[in-house]
Amino acid sequence: MADFVMPSLGADMEAGTLVAWHKNAGQAVRRGDIIAEVETDKGIIDIEVFTSGILEQILVPVGEKVPVGTLLARIREEGQTAEEKVAAPAISVDREPPKAPAALPAVAAEKIAGPAASSTSGDVTRLPMSPSARRLARELGVDPHTVPGTGPGSAITREDIQRAAAASTAKTPPSVSQPSVPKPQPPSADQASRMRAAIAAAMARSKREIPHYYLQTTIDFHAAETWLAEENLKRPMTERLLYGVLLLKAVALALQEVPDLNAVWEGDRVQVKEAVHLGVAISVRGGGLIAPALHNATEKNIDQLMREFRDLVRRARSGGLRSSELTDPTITVTSLGEQGVEAVYGIIYPPQVALVGFGKIVTRPWSVNNAIVPRSVITATLSADHRVSDGHRGGLFLSAVDRLLQEPDKL
Amino acid sequence: MSPDEARSKVLAALTSIAPEADPAQIKPRVNLRDQLDIDSMDFLNFALALHKEFGVDIPERDYPKLATLDGCVDYLCRSDPAS
Repeated sequence: MADFVMPSLGADMEAGTLVAWHKNAGQAVRRGDIIAEVETDKGIIDIEVFTSGILEQILVPVGEKVPVGTLLARIREEGQTAEEKVAAPAISVDREPPKAPAALPAVAAEKIAGPAASSTSGDVTRLPMSPSARRLARELGVDPHTVPGTGPGSAITREDIQRAAAASTAKTPPSVSQPSVPKPQPPSADQASRMRAAIAAAMARSKREIPHYYLQTTIDFHAAETWLAEENLKRPMTERLLYGVLLLKAVALALQEVPDLNAVWEGDRVQVKEAVHLGVAISVRGGGLIAPALHNATEKNIDQLMREFRDLVRRARSGGLRSSELTDPTITVTSLGEQGVEAVYGIIYPPQVALVGFGKIVTRPWSVNNAIVPRSVITATLSADHRVSDGHRGGLFLSAVDRLLQEPDKL
Repeated sequence: MSPDEARSKVLAALTSIAPEADPAQIKPRVNLRDQLDIDSMDFLNFALALHKEFGVDIPERDYPKLATLDGCVDYLCRSDPAS
């Protein structure tokens, strides 16, 4: 039996509201199907399933807000027989939380097999707490089992962990009489301000935890610009390319040469990723920003990448992003050139370890064959995590981006 | 196609890209990108919407002529295959 849980769709997502089920209990589901919609601070996201089988039991009804990690449904995998049903979880921020903070919901107390990745005692993967709170607990040496949760549905929040750590330092036993009142939800908070809060949390965490270093280089964009103009002249309107797609492809290919930047930081170590899922920073109308993944960017030709890029921007702005697009990015690319700036020194989106920025295309005096000529150039920057890479590697990466953009027809 | 008809179709295309825009507030001679915070992806979609609506192929070199609402109306009336 496979668990289908409320996914973490961002570095600091604590909870999500189930807004729709696309399948009923008893129906077959296939890996990659969208089976639910969840409202988050970043809007309504389509949630995919990663197991094929039968949707055995739905445990969280539409309209409920539950913490990340809450069991939403159970899926009987292909070839398995039906198992006994489990009780629906009692955790929901819209309902009364359990009276005793230490009493975990039935499903949260259920243990899953497998090595605990944490240094603290017990299996914390089922405690109602977000990955960021879990990480903080590990960092501060706090056993989450001893921490009363004061968040939505008695979920353990970062603040609870910090409070427990402070109490432990002060040699006072952690209070078990914390009121288990759900954190008040701002009733009038609109989507934009919630997105702002989510960005604030992720960026503050990044600057707190990630030792950034920054590199910058100016790239001759003449070849790319010329090739693009000629190419678009030949193409029907529906198949025209934007220069942004050349930048994306060049970044993806350069990451194959310097793979250490295509990675995520998990716990206390880096995990280099083989597939390049480019998080594309897209501004949302009315304010805010989201950076969903263009999956497997190295494997796609420029036309396919352009189609997917267009589709991704459309869905980022009007709804319909998939959960995997929010969870999978292995690096972020941002382009602020259209806003008129020449360079961007970005803040890495945790748990990623690098961010590539591009400024606007400008005409500058440039040396070509020992003559100074006016030339289109673009500034590329790299913000990278110094725990993972050094400036030398970052420099190799930006050089590769430059070299790849000199042969746009090969991208 | 009359200029008024063209204008209302251009405004419809614009509001499909910038749904929060009030068509009555769009200044006819001010750059649309600046007024509506349109980026190149939005502009590509706008050009495609005009292509679909008016049946004209708009080469990239003509994009500057579509910079303002008046510019769009003028360009599309001139390019209208029916006129």
